[in-house]
Amino acid sequence: MDTSLVGDSHGGIVAAAGMREPSDTGRFGDYGGQFVPESLVPACVALDREFRQAWADPRFRQQLERLLAVYAGRPTALTPAWRLSAELGITLLLKREDLAHTGSHKINNVLGQALLARRMGKTRLIAETGAGQHGVATATAAALLGMSATVFMGERDIERQALNVFRMGMLGAEVVPVGSGSRTLKDACNEAMRHWVGAVDEAHYCIGSVMGPHPYPWMVREFQRVIGDEARAQCAAELTAGTPDFVVACVGGGSNAAGTFAGFVDTPARLIGVEAEGGAAMTFGANGVLHGYRSKFLQDEHGQVREAHSISAGLDYPGVGPEHAHLGDLGRARYVTVSDEEVLDAVNRLCRAEGIFCALESAHALAWVLRAAGSAELPTGSTVMLTLSGRGDKDMPALMEAS
Amino acid sequence: MNTLEGRLRSARHQGRKLLAPYVTGGISDDWTRYLAAYQDAGADAVEIGLPFSDPMLDGGTIQEASDRALARGASADRILAELAEVDLTVPRVVMTYTNLVVRQGVETFCGKLRDAGVSGLIVPDLPLGESGELEGAAAASGVDLVLLAAPSTSPERLREIGERSRGFVYAVSLMGTTGERDQLAESGLALARALKAVTDRPVLLGFGVSRPAHAVQACRTGDGVVVASALMRRVIDGAGPAEVGADVDAMRTELDRSADEPTGSP
Repeated sequence: MDTSLVGDSHGGIVAAAGMREPSDTGRFGDYGGQFVPESLVPACVALDREFRQAWADPRFRQQLERLLAVYAGRPTALTPAWRLSAELGITLLLKREDLAHTGSHKINNVLGQALLARRMGKTRLIAETGAGQHGVATATAAALLGMSATVFMGERDIERQALNVFRMGMLGAEVVPVGSGSRTLKDACNEAMRHWVGAVDEAHYCIGSVMGPHPYPWMVREFQRVIGDEARAQCAAELTAGTPDFVVACVGGGSNAAGTFAGFVDTPARLIGVEAEGGAAMTFGANGVLHGYRSKFLQDEHGQVREAHSISAGLDYPGVGPEHAHLGDLGRARYVTVSDEEVLDAVNRLCRAEGIFCALESAHALAWVLRAAGSAELPTGSTVMLTLSGRGDKDMPALMEAS
Repeated sequence: MNTLEGRLRSARHQGRKLLAPYVTGGISDDWTRYLAAYQDAGADAVEIGLPFSDPMLDGGTIQEASDRALARGASADRILAELAEVDLTVPRVVMTYTNLVVRQGVETFCGKLRDAGVSGLIVPDLPLGESGELEGAAAASGVDLVLLAAPSTSPERLREIGERSRGFVYAVSLMGTTGERDQLAESGLALARALKAVTDRPVLLGFGVSRPAHAVQACRTGDGVVVASALMRRVIDGAGPAEVGADVDAMRTELDRSADEPTGSP
């Protein structure tokens, strides 16, 4: 391991070395920045200022911690996958974000942003959603805090994720179908951004992943680092070595992975981000600028963004958070891909072996472990901490179709 | 001065209100004929959009125009090659998004603009804090990088935008996306006034300038207008160069008439 990446202890605004606070211009290495229309610059600057103040304010931190505990159900369990571990010849621990309220890690970030939005005097939340998990979390936080919510969702995703669409409606959110472009998450982001330009005074754009203009990639990672911080403490209690050999999480935009990695970046653990084969910006992308930030994007030689294709709507995104691009350049994290077939197999195996029905997104992380276990990539006897980002209820219609 | 800014300043000096109509490059086989029609109708500059798959600051009309052009196989290289073949005397200004610029590398991209006879560039998702590198590359290629100002821009930033912009300053008239509107936004007039107070560069209003009356109103405080969605709506609906040119001509006529009126009239 590169010793320059071993840093001070984590927690608070001074993040562990390797996942530090971004530069003044919002950069992680060459990536990040604030590529937004001039109209939105003041809002991004104000958000940066407000987040810094709030994150340094013990009362804000306590408020958020309390909500995470008594409302979202944190800390989530770290469950040993007993039978899979025996089958694979490794020690596999699952960080159970599927047990968090609303069924995924998305609630961690949304509660943070919603509290911040309220602190800034905003009355409405805007969000984009792919699988609907972030939309559901946003609708939930809005209901809890007495705010209104407008969620942009691609028409194709609305068809694939009907349950979550209904759920958002139940929670009082307005779901706006997006019919432009590929009619998926990328286009929902475009539309949410456009809408925000015209509503910036009263509305906060609650971005669901470690993407978008500065300060979002950093802020969302900080709100999600609770996953990694908890998992690190839980691993210390569970594992003889104290830290796992491998830390694995799925990556679309990359928020559950960023939050997970943040807790382990200053340990010797090898960090593995697992992308969907059809949406693997880290693996197949080229440098570019989209949705307010510089990172790696699937695109053609002319700079037109390519549509991602994945069985999981949540990973159907052509970009990846700028900090992942930076971690990849540094060699601190490694990014791999799995196919839709491997993902379906992983969902089934986890159901049968452990009695846990995870989301298609989360199953990407497991699919890599199933494939790599016992090989040189993931040797027999290794200890693995895997973040299971969400539960699979929303995917049942898609799975019924696939079976 | 044969730069974009030189040409616009000299037209303004002659008492002209500036008119910059837009077309999405590659929207049809004969898309460059719209440019010729705009010039014949009295445009002071023509604006050419290089379509992008994800135009974040554009409303439905320009989105549709972009999708249509891309579906026909349009690319920056192809549009610029076609543009290089066109005989025009008015300045050519390109509008596109950051990704198309950085994909080629800023220097390569600016060199291609120069080779296509382009003298101005507008990049709506590249604000002041991110524009430094492109400002340098554009200047080295003799291309004026036009910066945008919005109603939400602070007075200090307005001053800096006025100082660093080249060609003109693009006043985004409202907090929203491009698109046709019934009324010209009050916020645009206030912004143009604020910009005029801090910069001597030409100030052109865009976003929602849809009718001759809007153009006249905008030019009471600003120096000119950019007209895009209203024209592209017509192009999408099937209007040819002569018809859309007639729309530009109508704006020109009203602008000239208003410029002849004694100052102080309503």
